Amino acid sequence: MKAFLLRMYDIYEFLLRFYKEAFLPPYEYKEIINQFFDVGIRSLSIISLTGFITGMVFTKQSRSSLAEFGATSWLPSLMAIAIIRALAPLVTALIVAGKVGSHIGAELGSMKVTEQIEAMEVSSTNPFKFLIVSRVLATTCMVPILAAYMGLVAMLGAYVNVHFNEETSFTTFFQAAFVRITFIDIAVLVLKSAVYGFTIGFTGCFNGYYADHGTVGVGRAANTSVVISMFLIFVEEMLIVQLVHSYLH
Amino acid sequence: MSIDRGNAVISLRDVHKSFGEMAVLKGVDLDVFKGENVVVLGRSGSGKSVLIKIIVGLLLPDRGTVRVLGCAVGSLDTRELQQLRSKIGFSFQSSALYDGMNVRANLEFPLVRNKRNLTRKEIDEAVAQVLDDVGLSQTINQMPSELSGGQKKRIGIARTLILHPDIMLYDEPTAGLDPVTSEEINDLINEVQQRYNSSAVIITHDLTCARFTGDRVVMLSEGKFIRQGSFDEVFNTDDTRVQDFYNYNFITKA
Repeated sequence: MKAFLLRMYDIYEFLLRFYKEAFLPPYEYKEIINQFFDVGIRSLSIISLTGFITGMVFTKQSRSSLAEFGATSWLPSLMAIAIIRALAPLVTALIVAGKVGSHIGAELGSMKVTEQIEAMEVSSTNPFKFLIVSRVLATTCMVPILAAYMGLVAMLGAYVNVHFNEETSFTTFFQAAFVRITFIDIAVLVLKSAVYGFTIGFTGCFNGYYADHGTVGVGRAANTSVVISMFLIFVEEMLIVQLVHSYLH
Repeated sequence: MSIDRGNAVISLRDVHKSFGEMAVLKGVDLDVFKGENVVVLGRSGSGKSVLIKIIVGLLLPDRGTVRVLGCAVGSLDTRELQQLRSKIGFSFQSSALYDGMNVRANLEFPLVRNKRNLTRKEIDEAVAQVLDDVGLSQTINQMPSELSGGQKKRIGIARTLILHPDIMLYDEPTAGLDPVTSEEINDLINEVQQRYNSSAVIITHDLTCARFTGDRVVMLSEGKFIRQGSFDEVFNTDDTRVQDFYNYNFITKA
């Protein structure tokens, strides 16, 4: 219990320091841009592939149920709602947690146990600003962009499936799809993806920055980063959906 | 190079440091003078690394004062501490090269962080100069993972030299190296002292390193300095703690 409370206090302190370092100059523009590029580009191929498959598979799975009611014409709008409101942000966040979150945990953990963070500190560099703030900002800003991109690719996957079954044209499909999508849906996608992105970056950085016990600690930091991020993403999804349904829909 | 005994660049007074219940330093006093190489000898876990981390402000003492280049390290704000650190070179035991950067980027890092108005040409010249000083010009585009242990140590030292520090701190510079490479590192430490007119604190348990690099040797045991002087003066004693340390090193080397 004492260890748990101490850990919670460490997280609280880390969070406070993050906000302080993020808003106070000087800003590490170059490193932030590097991390934006790194997080975005590193995940692009897997996001594209997963998005396309998700769109195709969910369309295929949904068709049989709708066909029973002769309602396959609802497929485009149904898929748009499912993808934009739930699948795109959630699947993107889970992929980024696995790919980028583990990388951040392992990278910072390795830097910690090999004294690279201390070396940065004695080189007159604030390692918290340089390593932590840049990574958390990058995941917070890039996950919404990746989620929006995945939404489009998944819709493309859904279109391919619908096109080969119903011979629906590209224009007809997307007109039907987006008729049910509102500005609020897009805004919620962006906002909750930003929350997921922050969670991934923060969890990876916290676990990496406090890694110890040599190489075992590095592995543990990477593993813990992924597991905790994924768990928190599901908790946040539940809370955000409750909030959105209570106040907006 | 002559030692200026009237000018202490590092001054420690009654420094105490504990981690939980374990007292690591129990009232350490030390002066390092301009142009002097001081070797701190001691067994593993005796608090040698803690001592130099206190000097550079990575750790704060529980009690006592630390003055470096005239500044009280404990009372400096972040900016002042960064300015002070730009005058101190710290060579880590593990070399601590940034894995994600090649040798050139590793060397440029402290330079561009501390001197933001340099042109590309000036940076390239500075990198080429320090690489030449440590005799590793050919490694400029290699990654740290492609370097040997000795090369990593040299690049780690080069990274600190690029800012022309007044003080060098070496944490176990010869640990894990074969005798020939260790000798090369010892020579390099002496060359750095001559070429850059710097002072140094060298933390080691390697007696060969202590003999060849130290103008003065201090022996740390149980959180206190128990002997200091020239290498021969330190080991010319009946103190069993010193004799055991000497004999253990001798037997290990043999």
